[in-house]
Amino acid sequence: MRRYLEIYWLMIRNSLIREMNFKANFTLWMVVEFLWFIGQIVFLEVLFSHVDRIGDWSKWECVLLVGTHQITAQIFQAFFYVNLAELPELIRTGRLDLMLLLPVDAQFAVSTRKFGMDNIVNACVGVAVVVFSLVQLHVVPQLHQVALYAVGIGFGVSVHYAILFGLATVAFWIVRAQGLIYGYFNVFNIARYPDSVFRGLFKIIFSFFIPVIIVANVPARILARALESPWNGLSQLAGAALFIVLAVRGFWLFALRRYSSASS
Amino acid sequence: MTTMRDLAVKYWKVFDLGLQNTFVYRWNFLLRSIFGIVPLIGTVFVWQAIFQSKGAAINGYEYSSMIFYFMLTVFLNNLITPTEDEWQIAAEIRDGKISAYLTKPLNYLAYRISLYLGYRLLYISVVLLPIVILAWIFREHLRLPEHGITWLAFAASTTMAALLQFLIAYSLAMIAFWVLEVSTIIFLLFSFEYFLSGNVFPLDIMPAWMQGFIRWSPFTYELFFPAQVYMERVQGAALAQGLAIQTGWMLLSWVCARVLWSLGVRKYQAVGG
Repeated sequence: MRRYLEIYWLMIRNSLIREMNFKANFTLWMVVEFLWFIGQIVFLEVLFSHVDRIGDWSKWECVLLVGTHQITAQIFQAFFYVNLAELPELIRTGRLDLMLLLPVDAQFAVSTRKFGMDNIVNACVGVAVVVFSLVQLHVVPQLHQVALYAVGIGFGVSVHYAILFGLATVAFWIVRAQGLIYGYFNVFNIARYPDSVFRGLFKIIFSFFIPVIIVANVPARILARALESPWNGLSQLAGAALFIVLAVRGFWLFALRRYSSASS
Repeated sequence: MTTMRDLAVKYWKVFDLGLQNTFVYRWNFLLRSIFGIVPLIGTVFVWQAIFQSKGAAINGYEYSSMIFYFMLTVFLNNLITPTEDEWQIAAEIRDGKISAYLTKPLNYLAYRISLYLGYRLLYISVVLLPIVILAWIFREHLRLPEHGITWLAFAASTTMAALLQFLIAYSLAMIAFWVLEVSTIIFLLFSFEYFLSGNVFPLDIMPAWMQGFIRWSPFTYELFFPAQVYMERVQGAALAQGLAIQTGWMLLSWVCARVLWSLGVRKYQAVGG
């Protein structure tokens, strides 16, 4: 374990040095991400100029939800996104073989090569928005709520990780499938909506098997609704996260067993 | 001597090449369109909840016409939005591959438009099945225009929207002559395009003070306007004015594409020669 932490620290330091070499690009990326976030807030602003509730969610509860999604997604992207998004290319070019030879777990090696500092800045923007909407809601969360919120975010990040990793692993069979990476963004598009709008089979699939809907909703409820018990939601999220992380790990090992390099 | 016919044959070959290239990526297309259904269904659920709590129309949109609006944007996006073109053009410039084109009797812009049309044709034929299934699921919300003339106006505005989208993407890719890393700039414009072309919600539900900007903004004419034309939400003088503004933006983006190309090539040859 310690060895892995040491390796990881070196990776992070390396990526920071690399990013600081392209300062303008780094700032621009930050602006792009920030614009997307503003776009989502504008979307809510437009919606709530016509209604005062979506499902049973008020405006500032929805803003808190979007902020929570932002924090989770940006933390995930900081640590894993670029690495997983490059996996199909590693497979296609055969560079994956090099990583399989490293004396560390292959999943660890492909997941942790680069780290995005700009995403951490944007996660902080998310935190600011969450705090601001709490003020608007006149809610002062208690310490245990904040702690459970953080735990919920942690599970959320692992769900993000599992879904993109699972999609990227499909690239062992389908060459040149940038569409897989788009799939991640498409699926998480619905994570920002209040859970109570969804119904039927769609809700079941995306709450339990591909648990996108609950990723931001569960932590947001823990923080915004002190009167609701946090345990139901949190245990559902924990169970779903554990399930999908293990399922994807199994899928990856299966894919590796069948893999015989790009050249042979 | 080059006749019109030879020219047509030449670019037809390129068009065919675009078709063949794209066929390699059919998995990519299918995946994109299948995953694209998830946000659409999410949107449907959200608007269902909104119309339930509102209990009335929003700026003339009923629940049904709102769903139809999003169906139209999905169809139009699949039909006209360039997917890889700007990346490929930027990469060809950066890697110096355009040298090969400069020596040939070939207009790069015409070459690229032919490729783009080839891509789009194949793309839409691959994703047609998912779209038809989707249309069947939401069949109760589908509407046909009442007036025959609408079809003509819709065809015209969709064609111009396609050219506008392509020419903006092309002009953006030209930046690769000056800047090594263009992806951030492409994404920067894309984030404006995404919201302001009507992907997230119909632009006419935005507050009144935004409507002036929306009428004149080029992004409106990339997607939102053709959808409005089809739904017959713009008619008569407003339709004529809209088509005129769209034509203006299309010509402007064409000039922009030509000028950036010739400036870029001059810089490129100066560096290379």
